[in-house]
Amino acid sequence: MRSEIRFLLNGEEQSVKAINPDTTLLNWLRLIKMLTGTKEGCGEGDCGACTVVVADLNQSGQLIYKAVNACILFLPMLDGLSITTVEALRRSDGALHPVQAAIVEGHGAQCGFCTPGFVMSLYAGYENSMADNRHNIQQILSGNLCRCTGYGALIDAGLSAARHCPSASEHEADLSRRKIEYEYLQRAQDDKAMLSIETSEQAFYAPRELSELASLTRKYPDATFLAGATDIGLWVTKQHRQINRFIYLGRVNALKTISRTDDRVTVGAAVTHAEAMAALATDFEGLAEVWQRFGSAQVRYSGTVAGNIANGSPIGDMSPCFLALGAELTLNHAGKRRQLALDAFFISYGKQDRKQGEFIEAIRLPRLGSKEAVHAYKISKRFDQDISAVLMAVWIRRDGQLISDIRIGFGGMAATPARAYRLEQVLKGHDVEQPLPDAAVSALAEDFQPISDMRASSAYRLLVAENLLRKMLIEVSQDNGVKRLYPSSLPPAPDVPKAITMTMIEAGE
Amino acid sequence: MPGSSLHQPVAHDSATLYVTGEARYVDDIAFPADGLHIALGLSERAHAHIMEMDLSDCLASRDVVTVLTAADIPGDNDASPVFGDDPIFAENTVEYHGQAIFAVVARSAKAARMAVAKARIIYQDLPAILTIDDALAQNHYLETPYVLTTGSVETALATAQHTLSGAIRIGGQEHFYLEGQAAYAMPGEAGDMTISVSSQHPTEVQHKVAQALGVPFHAVTVDVRRMGGGFGGKESQSNLPSIISALAARKTGSPVKLVYDRDEDMRVTGKRHDMLISYAVGYVDNGRISAIDVDQALRCGMSYDLSQAIAERAVLHAHNCYAIDHMRITSRLCKTHTPSNTAFRGFGGPQGMMAMERIIEDVAAALHLDPVVVRQRNYFTDWTTAKKAQLTAYHMPVRDCIINTLTDQLLASSDYVRRRQAIESFNQSSPIFKKGIGFAPVMFGISFNKTILNQAGALIHIYTDGSVHLNHGGTEMGQGLYTKTRQICAHAFGISDDMVKITATSTGKVPNTSATAASSGTDLNGMATQHAAETLKGRMAEYLSTLYQTSADAVRFVEGQVHIGDERISFAEAASQCWQGRISLSATGFYATPDIHWDRDAGRGSPFYYFAYGASVSEVTVDILTGESRVNQVDILHDVGHSINPAIDLGQIEGGFIQGMGWLTMEELVYGDDGRLLTHAPSTYKIPATSDRPDEMYIDLYESDGNRSDTIHKSKAVGEPPFMLAMSVYGAVSHALQSLGQYPDTYPMLNTPLTAEHILMTAHQMKASG
Ligand SMILES: Cc1cc2nc3c(=O)[nH]c(=O)nc-3n(C[C@H](O)[C@H](O)[C@H](O)COP(=O)(O)OP(=O)(O)OC[C@H]3O[C@@H](n4cnc5c(N)ncnc54)[C@H](O)[C@@H]3O)c2cc1C
Ligand code: FES
Ligand code: FES
Repeated sequence: MRSEIRFLLNGEEQSVKAINPDTTLLNWLRLIKMLTGTKEGCGEGDCGACTVVVADLNQSGQLIYKAVNACILFLPMLDGLSITTVEALRRSDGALHPVQAAIVEGHGAQCGFCTPGFVMSLYAGYENSMADNRHNIQQILSGNLCRCTGYGALIDAGLSAARHCPSASEHEADLSRRKIEYEYLQRAQDDKAMLSIETSEQAFYAPRELSELASLTRKYPDATFLAGATDIGLWVTKQHRQINRFIYLGRVNALKTISRTDDRVTVGAAVTHAEAMAALATDFEGLAEVWQRFGSAQVRYSGTVAGNIANGSPIGDMSPCFLALGAELTLNHAGKRRQLALDAFFISYGKQDRKQGEFIEAIRLPRLGSKEAVHAYKISKRFDQDISAVLMAVWIRRDGQLISDIRIGFGGMAATPARAYRLEQVLKGHDVEQPLPDAAVSALAEDFQPISDMRASSAYRLLVAENLLRKMLIEVSQDNGVKRLYPSSLPPAPDVPKAITMTMIEAGE
Repeated sequence: MPGSSLHQPVAHDSATLYVTGEARYVDDIAFPADGLHIALGLSERAHAHIMEMDLSDCLASRDVVTVLTAADIPGDNDASPVFGDDPIFAENTVEYHGQAIFAVVARSAKAARMAVAKARIIYQDLPAILTIDDALAQNHYLETPYVLTTGSVETALATAQHTLSGAIRIGGQEHFYLEGQAAYAMPGEAGDMTISVSSQHPTEVQHKVAQALGVPFHAVTVDVRRMGGGFGGKESQSNLPSIISALAARKTGSPVKLVYDRDEDMRVTGKRHDMLISYAVGYVDNGRISAIDVDQALRCGMSYDLSQAIAERAVLHAHNCYAIDHMRITSRLCKTHTPSNTAFRGFGGPQGMMAMERIIEDVAAALHLDPVVVRQRNYFTDWTTAKKAQLTAYHMPVRDCIINTLTDQLLASSDYVRRRQAIESFNQSSPIFKKGIGFAPVMFGISFNKTILNQAGALIHIYTDGSVHLNHGGTEMGQGLYTKTRQICAHAFGISDDMVKITATSTGKVPNTSATAASSGTDLNGMATQHAAETLKGRMAEYLSTLYQTSADAVRFVEGQVHIGDERISFAEAASQCWQGRISLSATGFYATPDIHWDRDAGRGSPFYYFAYGASVSEVTVDILTGESRVNQVDILHDVGHSINPAIDLGQIEGGFIQGMGWLTMEELVYGDDGRLLTHAPSTYKIPATSDRPDEMYIDLYESDGNRSDTIHKSKAVGEPPFMLAMSVYGAVSHALQSLGQYPDTYPMLNTPLTAEHILMTAHQMKASG
């Protein structure tokens, strides 16, 4: 056991003791370290002004750079990682980093308040060799708001930085920094001691093994499971809730895996949206758009798929998708496992079939058969980084033109993510070349009586849900292809970060 | 020594500081460890009496030092810019959900926020008027409606060949400056107070703080180095955090900081006014409009704030760039129990013009004409061809119109006519996606409509090493004012920009300033800077010419040198010699805009020094099944006169357009039935993000000989006008929906914002009725 938090900050090891574990990284940087380059624009993960870059090892032990929102990350979650803030990007001779220089040259900063966040998102993109086309840049910058520039200059700055040819000395410096970070991350990975912080008010545990996790849940059944903190962070920064005891899932290696058998994919509870989106893009092509539009790059790098289900939110995006796929959860209670159909997990608003101390260990997704496909549609006021007003996911099995089986999951239509059972019954046997039957429209209205709120009215939700069914039929019939506005000019799946291996560093790549 | 950077696209003066995180905003200024923090206690009711307030648990809460209420104000309980109707802390009655009632001062912001939640307040609800419709129904106005007329509208409408009428609802808008409101008060000796604040109006902050503290203005100094965005939202709205920090600093004797958290910011501060504008229009077959009768009702909120001036600008821009003989524009300032709406880029102009553009499109649809044709038939004549200046509704002669030429150029460069046809045929074979193309012209009056505000001062010191210190009353909010005035100053002395340091705007250096607003920053402060520089050059020339025995007009300032007859010395040497000659190397400059006057009661005058012009073409795609839309291409031609810095101007144009696009498309303010703002954070209030920027955006600056009015280096203001270029998006979405009926005569009568919901519901109705 270890009680101090250790990580690299701008290349220097930090060892932080006796701090309340719900201290956000942003507050620690700004108030304790006096590093005020990282800004607060919202304190809820929505604006990107607080973006910093975290270096981490992926499941294959390769180095990857993630842009994350410091305002909703708790300091102990950084244990064992390497953090870079905007203050550290200048070269040792004082020269600007290519992404910084590109913004200056391209007039990409007006009031400058959003700029450090943009710099850091672009820096992550640069390190991951992703910022080389417009689509990727839109993805990289999906979590950074700018109210002044209109973005054109920032997109161009990203592109021009990617074209920058580093000088020999720049290249040297990058390599040696990566090497330091890599070695640090590996050492931290090998340090199996569990981080365990107990202050007079709060406790935080970061187990490394499933067995440690199990015994913690036995000991502290009322502890709060913490995964990516993209929900929990807001409980603290916005609702000022006091959380007494955290059990952090993000350092349990066994929960970070994605595995496949012939008929199913199993996603561990600590797998982030970014990891899932990259790994499952080919398994479930129809989910690509929803994943690309899930939160922002920053939220996808932190938030976990399991967290999105565990919170039971009626407007969470993954639950309806997984309902449609027919997912099952593996729940773990102090080491005892049970399987539960996802559908049975959601009981009512704010209530799930999960005992105190029980956690989701994994999500099991049936793979698609040759006649099966999944289609998902997200409706929100803004394309990127917005919560859905309605999300519809459809799993469909076809026999020629006939729908032989169908499952439809909806978000935003009821108090929980929910299947549209009556609707499914009506559509079974339907010919996809035929228009949506009236019976389907009335079944939908029987299945759901959605609420009106600031995202949408009840009438709109119902009407758009009905129209999404029409769209789905058009898309599947005669292979009309995808009819979406969002990615119109974009490739079907975004590029994934190019991870860096030690061999690459040593080979000077 | 490089030449002058004037008219060159040089980088923002803080660009390097921005990208490295070194640029300091209020919350970044070194703050002593014993400094205190404030959180506000806000009303949970829209309209109610405060029956009881018990703050003892707040006081007892951890790390709390004190609480503040109206009883702690030594001077006036008022934060308002003009009318004295915005209490700092509500006393007996609250008038909006989110109004400040008290403040907690604590050792950390977190402790202060935790303590606020412990207040016990008992309210007795009073009837609340929340919407424009409520206020109209009950004649609940701030003042009697204002009416401006020209010609005889009633007769003209009665005798018109055709008439039609309609109404448009135009949504409000949250500023969403990335840096929230922030103020830092540092108590000095003898009751003095220094405030560092994110504000567009340091002088007003100085006045309001002094009045609340009950001290003379000279006891308060206000400094503003930069803002992380303002857009009008820090014109009057920065008073409150400044005053409250100062009150707390006075009470505790410690430095105190108040940085609104985002939700606080959005709940407390005013926004762009939403409006309901109804109209009747008379016109003839060819599209020529003879009369408009426009009724503008705007939601002002619980107090005036700047609403009177904003309503006035909406009136003055109600006919955009169109010459119409008979006009009546009525303005109703609705008083509602909602946050007091305030300045926002365009200052009422956008709403007034949006309704006019709707009128044009409505007429065009009725006549089966392309709306551009109707626009062209009604434009003011260009000055180059006009025999006699035409008059605006308020009888100002239009002497600089270029909108016809500018339109022709943009229609050609954007290939508008061909694209419109292509789109209409595309739509016939596209069942799900409908495209649309729209056009919008902009004619925006430059100057504060209130004449006295059109004045500015600058202060320049030259040091003996030749480096120059420039200061002026204008503030920097990202618009590049400091960069431009630095260019102007450096150019005047013939030295390079880096020899000039522009320092934080301070009431202690340049007094009695106007807000940096109304797009006038460079016009006013640039001129004042120029005047200060000319004064100093005059002094130097006089002394040096005597010293070198030549005449003063033989002294020239070029490329870092001073030429004195045949002698050449460095600027530094010249400065040093002047100092040795005991010549003052410090001077102020002052500027007051000439030739403007305005009589509000009569509704007559020439309130503007000139007009800025621009036009845009937008192309959108609408998904007819979901109502979602996306702007695909934008072409802009905009007139900035002779640009002082084209990079900065292009940035203002693009940024203004995107902000305007957000206003018209996705930004939606939703209030609950209890008057609570439901969209009080970026999770629910959506401004455009990176991927919303149109993939194709072509922006050109209009080529001309520069401003016809005698502005600084013949440039034109650029802060606000481009915002309204986004109106072409409205036209484009309307055009797309027109394809659901028969082109071009089905007109969808859209309101704004054009959310997916609004578009789908409108399309649905059109299908049902068509
Ligand atoms: C800016 C922003 C944008 C967002 N956009 C979207 C969006 O587009 N779509 C969407 O659906 N959501 C969105 N969210 C919500 C959020 O990102 C997701 O719900 C996320 O997946 C939660 O995962 P997490 O790992 O961060 O969970 P945490 O915040 O760590 O936890 C969330 C909840 O789940 C519980 N929990 C976590 N893991 C487990 C487990 N294994 N077993 C049991 N309980 C567990 C926690 O105790 C907590 O109650 C957004 C959030 C933010 C801040
Ligand atoms: S401060 Fe806005 S995302 Fe963190
Ligand atoms: S430059 Fe002002 S918010 Fe981006």
